[in-house]
Amino acid sequence: MTVTDRHAPSRAAMALSGVTKAYEGTPPVRALRGVDLEVDDGELVSIVGPSGSGKSTLLHIMGTLDRATGGVVRVAGYDVAALGDADLSAIRSQHIGFVFQQFFLLAGETALDNVADGLLYTGMRLAVRRDLARDALDKVGLAARADHMATKLSGGERQRVAIARALIGNPRIVLADEPTGNLDSASGASIVRLLEALNEEGTTIVVITHDRLIADQFPRQVAILDGQIEKDSLWQR
Amino acid sequence: MATLTSNAAPHEVIAPSRMTPADTLRAAGIGLRTRRLRSVLSALGIMIGIGAMVAVLGLSESSKSDLLAQLDRLGTNMLQVQAGSGIGLGPGTLPDDAPAMVARIGPVDEVSAVSDVSDARVYKNDLVPSGQSGGLSVLATDDNLLATLQGSMTAGVFLDLASPDYPVVVLGSVAAERLGVRDLDQPTRVWIGGEWFTVVGIMSSLELSPDLDRAALVTPTAAAMYLGTDDLVPSTIYVRTDPASVDDVRGVMAATVNPENPDQVEVTRPSDALEARDAAESALTNLFLGLGAVALLVGGVGIANVMVISVLERRGEIGLRRALGATRRHISVQFLGESLLLAGIGGVGGVLLGAAVTAGYASLQGWGVLIPTVAIVGGLAAALLIGAIAGLYPAMRAARVSPTEALRTL
Repeated sequence: MTVTDRHAPSRAAMALSGVTKAYEGTPPVRALRGVDLEVDDGELVSIVGPSGSGKSTLLHIMGTLDRATGGVVRVAGYDVAALGDADLSAIRSQHIGFVFQQFFLLAGETALDNVADGLLYTGMRLAVRRDLARDALDKVGLAARADHMATKLSGGERQRVAIARALIGNPRIVLADEPTGNLDSASGASIVRLLEALNEEGTTIVVITHDRLIADQFPRQVAILDGQIEKDSLWQR
Repeated sequence: MATLTSNAAPHEVIAPSRMTPADTLRAAGIGLRTRRLRSVLSALGIMIGIGAMVAVLGLSESSKSDLLAQLDRLGTNMLQVQAGSGIGLGPGTLPDDAPAMVARIGPVDEVSAVSDVSDARVYKNDLVPSGQSGGLSVLATDDNLLATLQGSMTAGVFLDLASPDYPVVVLGSVAAERLGVRDLDQPTRVWIGGEWFTVVGIMSSLELSPDLDRAALVTPTAAAMYLGTDDLVPSTIYVRTDPASVDDVRGVMAATVNPENPDQVEVTRPSDALEARDAAESALTNLFLGLGAVALLVGGVGIANVMVISVLERRGEIGLRRALGATRRHISVQFLGESLLLAGIGGVGGVLLGAAVTAGYASLQGWGVLIPTVAIVGGLAAALLIGAIAGLYPAMRAARVSPTEALRTL
């Protein structure tokens, strides 16, 4: 991973500048207070912070699931403030992969079909998606489990299926929200190794975690506290 | 469409999220596959409603077609003439020459009269106590009765006026049964008014004139010779007219039969009773249809209820789908589709159930099975309409779920 020119926009998978987020209420909750963060293609970044630090809000805004109150958010080159809800959905379907703490696999489907669902909203036919899903399952080392029902898999296996689902469309960026949060330490460690391996092959990944031990294993760490970036390992270079 | 920004990625425009129709159907079916019992139960409500409506329509149609066939067979062109009975009139009689007068009306095809042999009773044999007459009557009639009624014989022959002098009798179907006469393989006699009469025939049941089913019929000559009845007066005249002129004939009937007192003549059309029965049945049909519609509505409420719960339970799935790129429309279409599938399954099941009930009951009644197309098409359409209405609100709720809220659940 190399980051040499932070001003080359074409290399930024994701760029946030001066992003704020406030929730209405009395008093209003200022979840983000001016976040500047750029993630270039090919990076593996951890965003670490205690609960309530605003890291989930940041992930939702990066993933276009939520809109910033102020500042500029560019995802895959698009200024999301200018886009409508349907366009944001389109960006998610084509450019962003999500991995969640709770896996969110569909109970009635096999591992293969859950992975194929990663391209469900691209209009691609199921047969084609299944072929791609097989490759993606192979990448995460679960080719043998393709036809098992999602509910019959162990926690670590489920998270691998979820990662394969996020990877299947070769998104510009993968956002992982506490991907090891529901796993025992051995499974968690293997998921971290998997993410590292996938990054080696070129996938851009942002991992959100409250766990410093996990965050420290990644090449770049961004620490967030009270809605602001407290430290970015990039600054030290 | 997307607005390009100054440092945009090499995409000209964002291709919108889309789903193949096959995937849309699959997504709509996922809730049914993972919650089978609940789906079956909520489809059951619709199934019962549609089933009831299809069965009611099918049964009423089958019964109506049976009635029409019956009317077709029996004819609606028979008139029955009796002396009117009213206050101060006493047991009415018709003039002796009435049958002859009626026969002279142009469009009249057949005429036949029966006369009460008032004192005579019919018994199985001479040992039966005279009080036990079994409610059977003895009537004298001419040889034209069977033709006029378009009746038929289950055994033997009808009265033959070529040999009117013999003590012979023809029994109506009920009379034969009560007298224990099943067939005429052996010579059979019955005891009428103190004389033995030989049974020469048994009539089939006469649907338009059930009175005659309970009668023993003798010739007027035999009545006079053996039963001592000289003054036979017609009590009932049966008239078969040209089908096109039934109403005209009916109009002149009273005056023809009894020119002096036309108001003492009662003219009826027995097939009217059958048609009245049909009218009563269709009132009942409407009632049952209404009940079916209520069941259908309740079924619809059941589906709406299940769908609302489903939306609440599946917030995580909704959040995931939004994260995978589903638009609000994709989400609402999925849930609306699920509701339509539930109702559609109920509708198909209901049509099959209704058809089965109709087939079962109709064949039990010996009717032809007739399920109107309008019941099948209408039943399915009603089910889908209910499904669409029931699914609309849950689908809108599902579409409005905020993805960030949804992903925070669990």
